[in-house]
Amino acid sequence: MNSVSPTSNAAAFLHRYAGLAGRLPGADIPALRALRDAAAETLTAAGLPSRRLEAWRYTDLAPMLRGEFREALTPVDEAVALPPARADRRAVFVDGRFRADLSSLDGLVAGSLAEVIETVAPRLNTVASASQPMVTLNTLLFEDGLVLEVPAGTDAGRVELLSLVSGETAATVHPRHLIRLARGARLVLLETALSPAGSAHLHNPVFEIEVAEDAVLTHVRVQREAESAYHLAHLGVRVAEGGTYDGFVLNAGGKISRSETHLALLGPRAAAHLNGAQLVANGQLADTTTALDHAAPNCASRQTVKTVLSGRSRGVFQGKILVRREAQKTDGYQMNQALLLSEEAEIDSKPQLEIYADDVKCSHGATAGALDEDSLFYLRSRGIPAGPARAMLVRAFLQEAVEVVADEAAREALDEAVAGWWAQHGEAA
Amino acid sequence: MLRIENLTAEVDGKAILKGVNLEVPDGEIHAIMGPNGAGKSTLSYALSGREGYEITGGSVTLNGQDLLDMEPEERAAAGLFLAFQYPVELPGVGNANFLRTALNAIRRTRGEPEVDAMQFLKLARARMKELSMPEDMLKRGVNVGFSGGEKKRNEILQMALLQPKIAILDETDSGLDIDALKIVSDGVNAMRGPNFSALVITHYQRLLNHIVPDRVHVLADGRILTSGGPELAHRLEAEGYAGVLGEAA
Repeated sequence: MNSVSPTSNAAAFLHRYAGLAGRLPGADIPALRALRDAAAETLTAAGLPSRRLEAWRYTDLAPMLRGEFREALTPVDEAVALPPARADRRAVFVDGRFRADLSSLDGLVAGSLAEVIETVAPRLNTVASASQPMVTLNTLLFEDGLVLEVPAGTDAGRVELLSLVSGETAATVHPRHLIRLARGARLVLLETALSPAGSAHLHNPVFEIEVAEDAVLTHVRVQREAESAYHLAHLGVRVAEGGTYDGFVLNAGGKISRSETHLALLGPRAAAHLNGAQLVANGQLADTTTALDHAAPNCASRQTVKTVLSGRSRGVFQGKILVRREAQKTDGYQMNQALLLSEEAEIDSKPQLEIYADDVKCSHGATAGALDEDSLFYLRSRGIPAGPARAMLVRAFLQEAVEVVADEAAREALDEAVAGWWAQHGEAA
Repeated sequence: MLRIENLTAEVDGKAILKGVNLEVPDGEIHAIMGPNGAGKSTLSYALSGREGYEITGGSVTLNGQDLLDMEPEERAAAGLFLAFQYPVELPGVGNANFLRTALNAIRRTRGEPEVDAMQFLKLARARMKELSMPEDMLKRGVNVGFSGGEKKRNEILQMALLQPKIAILDETDSGLDIDALKIVSDGVNAMRGPNFSALVITHYQRLLNHIVPDRVHVLADGRILTSGGPELAHRLEAEGYAGVLGEAA
């Protein structure tokens, strides 16, 4: 264990690790211990990302790094109010810990990562890259997570993942979720991340997701944490031949929220949807960053990301698409659009296409603008007051992104989140 | 009764309406004709409260209520309806949802009970049948992918559902073929009655063969220059605006 550099901006996390290292799950597994120590070294040397790093140019973590967090290692056993279920099976995590008493995973090969840490340790950081800052931080401190396997040819239906932060104190939680679909398997994974208003926690989930041949994963994340919270998620995804990853991320909470997805299409005819929406109000920043690697021929990717900004808020979209030389006949589409409801809102949009194959179809576009005055007048001229008329147009703007989500319960969850956000912020917008 | 008195209005600081005087009694249909640039569309937007159309003088009342003090949605609730020359496309807003929201917003301010989704569908289907509108137009986005004729029929459908006291039809005939023109005209004529009046704004006499007006007014250079019965429209068609206005001036 190296000594903690007092100058590292990750000092607080490193101190935490120094105190916890022997008690974290898998502390007695040398390979895992080495993984965590390596993460500590990286953070000691490089720290958490500053805006000097190109990938973090628009998202400044300084406000978070000034905050004081407490550890969430003490398991919370008290009753927690759960939102209504959206699926028969649900995995509930409170402060990053699996709660078997609140979960029901009947018929699934699924459970707590901490309980099977010896089995899954070799898989850690094989899909998500340890060189990614949020993966590094998670590697240092993860305590638990969901391990979910869908056997070959099985349709697991819809499974809910609830990530709750229990209190108003500033905990940091770093769940590590391992999701694996075997050949021809299917799953709809619907995550809702919630916390009480006023909570200033850090939620730093990392997903490692493997979609085997001809398997289909629909993965919808609905992040509705407190507006004072920090949410820094990293998703590593690998899709094999003929497989589909159908992803949607809604960021509707957090003082700073970033959803970063690194996805590789590794076999022919694999497909990826990296759709999403961000809703930000005064004082918030939301960042959707994706890196899509077309590494095989005849693959398709679709991406529509919409951002609605009100008040003095910021949105970031960074979308990189790499088409390798062997990825001929790639069919790629990327669109990101921002709706600015205030003159003080700002969107930074960085599409980035790197194409090395010569027979590909790749298009991308970006727009940013205010609500259309003609549309607003049309609605008002029909008797619909200004507030509801604006709400209709904002919903319509998001509709294009949301309507591609085929799972009805997931779409409902997204609609509710949008309606909830508007109820809270529409007046000001 | 819609009463417009000495109405003046500016767009981008330029005077467009220069003192319009007009009365449309209940139950009557009046036509406003005029050359391009006469201020016809400005009049319709000024009456419906569009931003950017600044009223600099005069008054507009509907059954004694001052319209100019009201927001666009309040004017709609008071019974004013504007059929747009260029209906706006609203991708992502379902036509059925839009129509029902509008209907219920207006019913609410009138103190009438709201209609639920089933009642609305029944109501809308009946009206759509009269307007030869395919039912899938309810499911589509508002005016999205509609042909010119479908958009105008959708305007008339809105009018039929919202039951205004006065409708302003802004160049509703533009872009319509003969069949669509007839359907739209039938839609307007079906509304005729003691509690409905309309201001039909058009460049051509053609529409007025189908919607026969009680009065015809000629708007030019921001003023009503002459008024008459339906025969005035025929004279305009025969002699042109220059001919008729030369005589009036």
